[in-house]
Amino acid sequence: MNNVFVYCETEGTVVAEVSQELLTKGRKLADQLGVELHAVVAGTGIKGKVEDQILPYGVDKLFAFDGEGLFPYTSAPHTDILVNLFKEEQPQICLMGATVIGRDLGPRVSSSLTSGLTADCTQLEIGDFDDIKTKKHYDNLLYQIRPAFGGNIVATIVNPDHRPQMATVRSGVMQKAIYEGKAKNEVVYPEVSKYVSPEAYVVKVLDHHVEAAKHNLKGSPIVVAGGYGMGSKEGFDMLFELAKVLHGEVGASRAAVDAGFCDTDRQIGQTGVTVHPKVYIACGISGQIQHIAGMQDSKIIISVNSDPDAPINRIADYVIVGTVEEVVPKLIKYYKQNSK
Amino acid sequence: MTKALKIVVLAKQVPDTRNVGKDAMTPEGTVNRAALPAIFNPEDLNALEQALRLKEQNPGSTVGVLTMGPPRAGEIIRQGLFRGADTGWLLTDRLFAGADTLATSYALATAIKKIGDVDIVIGGRQAIDGDTAQVGPQVAQKLGLNQVTYAEEILKIENNIATIRRHIDGGVETVEVPLPCVITVNGSAAPCRPCNAKLVMKYKYASCPLERQPEDPRADLYASRDYLNLNQWSVADVDGDPNQCGLSGSPTKVKTVQNIVFQAKESKTLTASDADVESLIKELLEEKIIG
Repeated sequence: MNNVFVYCETEGTVVAEVSQELLTKGRKLADQLGVELHAVVAGTGIKGKVEDQILPYGVDKLFAFDGEGLFPYTSAPHTDILVNLFKEEQPQICLMGATVIGRDLGPRVSSSLTSGLTADCTQLEIGDFDDIKTKKHYDNLLYQIRPAFGGNIVATIVNPDHRPQMATVRSGVMQKAIYEGKAKNEVVYPEVSKYVSPEAYVVKVLDHHVEAAKHNLKGSPIVVAGGYGMGSKEGFDMLFELAKVLHGEVGASRAAVDAGFCDTDRQIGQTGVTVHPKVYIACGISGQIQHIAGMQDSKIIISVNSDPDAPINRIADYVIVGTVEEVVPKLIKYYKQNSK
Repeated sequence: MTKALKIVVLAKQVPDTRNVGKDAMTPEGTVNRAALPAIFNPEDLNALEQALRLKEQNPGSTVGVLTMGPPRAGEIIRQGLFRGADTGWLLTDRLFAGADTLATSYALATAIKKIGDVDIVIGGRQAIDGDTAQVGPQVAQKLGLNQVTYAEEILKIENNIATIRRHIDGGVETVEVPLPCVITVNGSAAPCRPCNAKLVMKYKYASCPLERQPEDPRADLYASRDYLNLNQWSVADVDGDPNQCGLSGSPTKVKTVQNIVFQAKESKTLTASDADVESLIKELLEEKIIG
């Protein structure tokens, strides 16, 4: 009762990295609250294959549901599992990845349990809350902190009266770490049919095709990112060239993705990937808050912009005032000349 | 074999947060809604397009636009009619105000029950003012319907089963779902068709009662042409429970809202000259920041 739960999603028998990141965060929250960290995973043929990917992150108890029809993921069976498990276990907090699966599953579970859900949190903390209207005081609520309104404001959301307090978090926002303390590491394999009704399996997956990620933007030490100021898809070609010579990856702002200059999976910001590289080279990016939130933890930020007053320049270590067409080829040229 | 479908499109009027200008935030750090243009939520337009295609492929089908908001959100229904929708409903009531996603989905689900016998409920994956993607699945759960989120294309509907291609993390999936169902459409789906000039002429003056002036100069027009009278529903009209609507039906509460202030750094400003760029590269190489 009253524990912290993390829903772990899988592709086949591989546990998603975002789930491991959330286990690490969930462990910290559980320690702070003095409760246990529990994990739940559901799939087909996962027994004996996923435990080692979940337990080391400080899990006290893992509920592993293994049965036909649980992979590929469909909404209803996984919803049934969580809803019925939560009715028994009464968790106070449930975290899941803000992935396609988490964003499909979370709302269904919250709707079914009438509990509050906050999407795409960027920070999770424990704190008190005083309801001004009802004059009630609440201890140890989950602060669900997220940007709102296109990233122009940041809101702290609480769910005072409904449990579990549910939140989704994007991949890369939290950092995973093997737990150094002692966790109970208990594993149970509940009988799936006790949780999922036969009618839940009506949605059929005819074809499921996942490609290995084409790039490692999230983990790359050097990121070359382009904004609307790149002007075109062709403009991005020179960023790919710069990234190639620097052994980095290419990212993009939302404006550049919306304009079709770059693929969605390279979007950096609140609604994309969060990155923490050693070097971030922002080319033609004005620096809307929603973008900055996804890259502000970069160690060195270099901004290339023809506008000396671009907002991103305020957080940059180096500002090169000039057009991307002029500067980027020079960066490539002088790197080639001076390296080694 | 095709079947006449009753399709409800969920659509939201949103502030255009993608193009936030300097006036968008007040000096106090709150949002200045008046400075942001109100638009048809982009992914809801993708959903409308899928609905209109289904209508064309399945003779006898109807498409209605369901929206919730203040009276001026009637514009969303008109925009739907201009593109080929048949009807629409505006949910408007002070009791709906302050709703989080759960209270919103309760209101929409209640209205959909009132509309009745709906085969497909379809909407955008998420709205750009909240980016939560929660309302679609929450509506589905409240109606006890199956859902397909992140849809890119409805490939076919046969024998009451929809075949849908959807986006998933790192790939694509094709699924079969029996009707009735809820579908949310991803921004990568086909863009919506433009307004049709004839339909714009026909529905230009269509409005909800609350959008009109007390002494509306077009009162005669509304009396003689019923298709110009858009449906406007209150909580009572949809037999809703006020405790599950608006602020009181919302489990989530906003504790604080803050303007975002980023820590400014002391930055070195360089020109685009060869000398400046070369010295930067050398500095980064010497300090082993780049390798």
